Amino acid sequence: MIRLAVISGKGGTGKTMITAALADLLPGTLVLADCDVDAANLSLLLDPQLICTEPFMGVKSAVIDPAVCKGCGECEMYCRFNAVHAEGDTYRVNPIRCEGCAVCVHVCPVKAVTMQPRQNGEVMYSQTERGHLVHAHLVPGAGNSGLLVHAVKKMALEQDRDCNLFLIDGPPGTGCPLISTISGVDVVLIVTEPSVSGLHDLKRVVSVCRQFRPRILVAINRFDLDESLTESIRQWCAEENITLVGKIPFDATVIDSVRQGKPVTKVRDSHAAQAIQILKTNLDQELMHYYNQR
Amino acid sequence: MKIAVASGKGGTGKTMVAANLAFTLSQTCQVTLVDCDVEEPNLHLFFPAPATAKDVTVQVPVIDQKICDRCGKCGEFCQYGALTVLRDRVLFFPELCHSCGGCTLVCPKNAIHEEPKRVGIVTHTKPLPRLDLVSGNLDTGNPFAVPVIRAAKMATAGDCLVILDASPGTSCPVVETLDECDACILVTESTPFGLHDLQLAVDVTARLGIPAGIVINRNDGQDQATFNFCTNRDLDIIMTIPFDRGIAAIQSRGDLLCRVRPEWMKAFTTLYRKCCGLAGVD
Repeated sequence: MIRLAVISGKGGTGKTMITAALADLLPGTLVLADCDVDAANLSLLLDPQLICTEPFMGVKSAVIDPAVCKGCGECEMYCRFNAVHAEGDTYRVNPIRCEGCAVCVHVCPVKAVTMQPRQNGEVMYSQTERGHLVHAHLVPGAGNSGLLVHAVKKMALEQDRDCNLFLIDGPPGTGCPLISTISGVDVVLIVTEPSVSGLHDLKRVVSVCRQFRPRILVAINRFDLDESLTESIRQWCAEENITLVGKIPFDATVIDSVRQGKPVTKVRDSHAAQAIQILKTNLDQELMHYYNQR
Repeated sequence: MKIAVASGKGGTGKTMVAANLAFTLSQTCQVTLVDCDVEEPNLHLFFPAPATAKDVTVQVPVIDQKICDRCGKCGEFCQYGALTVLRDRVLFFPELCHSCGGCTLVCPKNAIHEEPKRVGIVTHTKPLPRLDLVSGNLDTGNPFAVPVIRAAKMATAGDCLVILDASPGTSCPVVETLDECDACILVTESTPFGLHDLQLAVDVTARLGIPAGIVINRNDGQDQATFNFCTNRDLDIIMTIPFDRGIAAIQSRGDLLCRVRPEWMKAFTTLYRKCCGLAGVD
């Protein structure tokens, strides 16, 4: 199995649109995962039929029993996350701020604090036309998105380890969910756009990827919106020895396809769909090459 | 007055709205703009100016292997699995550590002390006479954005008018950015993705008790679903920016809509007034 993650650094460059189209076009058996657990959208393009869900528990959260609490305030003093505050004569933990470290449990002289499990979301396992999809829902405002990414990947690998390709729609950014997404991945496809922000964020996310082992490929979406910035991205990739596998033009068909809830390659023939066909051919060659080397 | 700009979905135009709002307000009063998208900070690209930088550090444990008798208490206590006690030494995994300080408290031999570890920087610039820009910048490869966001916000303590640009998403970095804000602008776009993630972002602001208003960006007239959602949730649409390749091009090359087309400043002034209305301030 080859593990391929589609990521971007900057948000909104077209990761999900490209992931759905690649799922439609790439040959062989595949399992899909939406690791953008904060704002998961891949399911909106793949018409998934839900098979089962599993609760996602995350780390535990501290709870103070007001009947036992003597109001000494040790918990507030030692909490480094500003999660404990006085409420009347006793103290209360703000579950949004609590990171579940359990220091308050340790310092409470009267054992008024316990760690309680909390459900921070759920992991869903679904059937799509192109294979199984593992996706998730994070309770808005909850923490542990990196852990949830790990849970999503684990379920996909456990259930569908015999597939040829594990295709992941990744999160934006460079932090915890992104690092959790790319760890153990063989190839990353970074989707960028011709803007100063797109190029800046591409450089940062490449620097994160290089701290791991994946082969790095780049695609430029909406490349014709600024041809000179597209040229700057192409030059930078050449200097950094990064393979550019595709350029997709701006095309209103993409927005239509999202509104219809389908991969852009499935609605009608379009410039975007043709460009993604070329991207797919280049990507497939890169994946074959990677597979043979391994 | 603290106004956050957030979105759920990435690339909807948060940075564009935050930058133009701050630019417009800075024509008449002192404004501080804070880049809380510390994983991919971009505001400095729109306001180039010489910067001063300060390191952001967190406390991480250092184990004195000579005093440590491998009792295992620290490893048992750590909720994040950042310490593994072997027969002859203790392994520490800094990328898992949340800097809670628990291990130093439970060690019966006092063999653990803490030392600062750099996780990012906060830069400060003054690109315009009445505009301060504070940017959080997470070191690449470091997973935890929250301490850098906290440090960036701390650097603006006491400032009267603060605009904060959040990261995409709905989890801890966004919660940290929104904390103690008076109002939140949620930027969406006219697609099912934009609406889906707007719904999640609205749930976050509701959970935190922060009044929110909606900005529809790249509007192409097909927004019935977004209008219906806003009506159902009693949310005001406080600005609409049309789909326009010219506007996209200004933003792409790192310029500001209100600098290139000053007639837009009126719309951003109105946006600010509407935010004051949301926050209950005159």
